Amino acid sequence: MRRLFGAIAVLLFGVVLSGVATGYVERIAPSELARRYLAEVPLDLGAANVVTGILITYRGFDTLGEVAVLFMVAATVGLLLGAETRGTSVASRPEPRPPSELVSNGAEIVLPVIFLFGVYVIANGHLSAGGGFQGGAVVASAVGLMVLARPSIGLDHGFLSVAESLAGVLYVTVGILGLVLAGGFLDSRFLPHGALGAFVSAGAIPLISALLGIKVGAELSVIIDRFRS
Amino acid sequence: MGLPISHVLLVTGLLLMLIGLWGVFAHRNILRIIIGFSIFNTGIHIVMVATGYVTDGTAPIIDRALPVGEAVRRAVDPIPAALVVTAIVIGFSVTAVMLAYAVRLHQARKTLSIDAFTESKW
Repeated sequence: MRRLFGAIAVLLFGVVLSGVATGYVERIAPSELARRYLAEVPLDLGAANVVTGILITYRGFDTLGEVAVLFMVAATVGLLLGAETRGTSVASRPEPRPPSELVSNGAEIVLPVIFLFGVYVIANGHLSAGGGFQGGAVVASAVGLMVLARPSIGLDHGFLSVAESLAGVLYVTVGILGLVLAGGFLDSRFLPHGALGAFVSAGAIPLISALLGIKVGAELSVIIDRFRS
Repeated sequence: MGLPISHVLLVTGLLLMLIGLWGVFAHRNILRIIIGFSIFNTGIHIVMVATGYVTDGTAPIIDRALPVGEAVRRAVDPIPAALVVTAIVIGFSVTAVMLAYAVRLHQARKTLSIDAFTESKW
């Protein structure tokens, strides 16, 4: 009976969504706002990657809010999962199964490459596909693999929270510098443009990207570690 | 030429949304319901990216293949891509909170079946 109602609901959604699919026409040209972004991000901000320019400068305040959401989730997960670890004693748990040889050996080879790739993605966010969020997620995935390969390893929560708070404070400080020296909060144009496509270019965007990467990587690592206990 | 690529993407995203919705409705295990939500989420992201495609467009990244002057004519819409980055992070956050609640619920009742939690059912 319940499944019947579920099937009917999915079917009705399917009717609505099929209307979307049949009515869709591929666009010939980007919208007015998109054309403006495409023209202004390379010239005005000096960033080769238009998406990063939008995310970090034009929608920088939104990105700050997003980082705040991540922080709140890390706190919530800590609140939900942290309370029980005090209740149940560690000794009563069964001995954790050691990771398989494939995981532990694979991690030894792949881990440094993943960390390096994460840093590369963060540092090249203004030049090619990538940025602080993406690179931070790559770094956190490496932390997840590390935790799987060595279950006994303990992440230093103190260090992670200090790194994360410091990155957050510096991020807001850079935003205020933009307010004082350039056009507004989180305006990246208070540092020189540099040549379009050079590694050191695009004003403060690489700096903000690196801070975001540190913050996101640390926050996601804390969330992963919370689920381990 | 056949189907335009963005249409294929759009239909794939919509189908994923329906599959995720079915997963949420049909399953009684909380973990499976969470997986259903995640698939639904991914479907929405694919739909959003598909709507940003412009015919014969390329990635909105300026390099040798896409000089500054041509970006306005040849690049896809960058706004859905920027919005989807935000949406992915929020989706991750929601999934993390759901999983944390699932862990707590399992501690309370030693089961993950949604039928065991009837307090707020009318």
